[in-house]
Amino acid sequence: MRLTASDLTAVRGGRMVFAGVSFALGAGQALAVTGANGSGKSTLLRLVAGLLKPAAGNITIDPAREDSALHYLGHLDGLKTALTVRQNLQFWRTLWNGGAVETAFARFGLEALADLHVGALSAGQKRRVTLARLLIAPRPLWLLDEPATALDTAAEAMLGTVVAEHLASGGMAIVATHRPLPFPAAMLALGAA
Amino acid sequence: MIPALVAVAAQTARLSLRSGGVLVGLVFFLAVIVVVPFGIGPDLKLLGRIGPAVLWIAALLATLLGLDRLFRDDRDDGSLDLLMLSGVPLELTVLAKCAGAWLATGLPLVIATPVLGLLLGIDPVPLFATAATLLAGTPALILIGAIGAALIAALGRGGLIVAVLVLPFTIPVLIFGVSAASAPIVGPTPFLPPFLILVALTLVSAVVAPLAAAAALRTGE
Repeated sequence: MRLTASDLTAVRGGRMVFAGVSFALGAGQALAVTGANGSGKSTLLRLVAGLLKPAAGNITIDPAREDSALHYLGHLDGLKTALTVRQNLQFWRTLWNGGAVETAFARFGLEALADLHVGALSAGQKRRVTLARLLIAPRPLWLLDEPATALDTAAEAMLGTVVAEHLASGGMAIVATHRPLPFPAAMLALGAA
Repeated sequence: MIPALVAVAAQTARLSLRSGGVLVGLVFFLAVIVVVPFGIGPDLKLLGRIGPAVLWIAALLATLLGLDRLFRDDRDDGSLDLLMLSGVPLELTVLAKCAGAWLATGLPLVIATPVLGLLLGIDPVPLFATAATLLAGTPALILIGAIGAALIAALGRGGLIVAVLVLPFTIPVLIFGVSAASAPIVGPTPFLPPFLILVALTLVSAVVAPLAAAAALRTGE
């Protein structure tokens, strides 16, 4: 499996965010996207996810897949505050045809929180729920937009382990980040030109 | 695919029930129906004749009232991105959300109609004709409303503008719904032809609305 992006140009609100961005990613590889605020890290991830259309250039995933090939973790958590942690994850499990939610809970220490309403969780706990969501259905490409936001050191280490395991099993990851990553990753600096 | 769509419908209905939107819709429906006799006066014959139309207008307004949240909540909390990436065709997801919204907002109105119709002094036969037309017609209202809700969600707005935007497009549904519902009272027009057109409107919107709403959601950023 291979992801290739060539000469990507993104325009948002009439302003050019970046131009001529190219990269390629193979199985087991990770890409760290860095850059100042507003340099287009989130835009790049949304382009790869297909949520935005590039103004120029193209992105290909080879071989093409019928079902969705990726997990996207953005700034918004996609959690329903009126439902419990378990209900939230079970909804996505059904939608993605995934596995048991219990093992995902265990990885991020969420067992005790499983029956609490998401509205009662702290920002870091919510982020842990969204990270656990990555584990309930296997997808080869993970797009993580500043995944460590609001995490404590233990959870951040856990995140590093989980992504490293994902890469070791032949997955790919693109991570927008300001901090050094605890696994080997190619660097892509936006806004440097 | 089917379990996924059932999950989307159930989630939509459940969240709608949780947020209290159902109760507000029902109370609004009741309020409109209760207010009309005060405005028109205690002329039972007149009320009985216009009753089906009053029920239909009240149901139309009550349905459109809560529709702006159909996609806006999902956009605000990021679920919409994940729904678009889930691998389930967005059109079918939209259809499932409409089904959930109808279960939570349309169906309670249909069930309440026979009871509330008594307040307007409608005879039993036209009352059940009205309930039947609402059963056939409220899905069309939700589906047409979903197009407006999707446009508004894509633009990042919200509120009553959805109702304003959608209201003109619901007029055909209202016309055929009311003419079928009033057929037993005003005669000599039969019940069945307008009722079948109403059913056709629902079926056509079940095809067109998911396509249009999904296209609107895709244009959003």
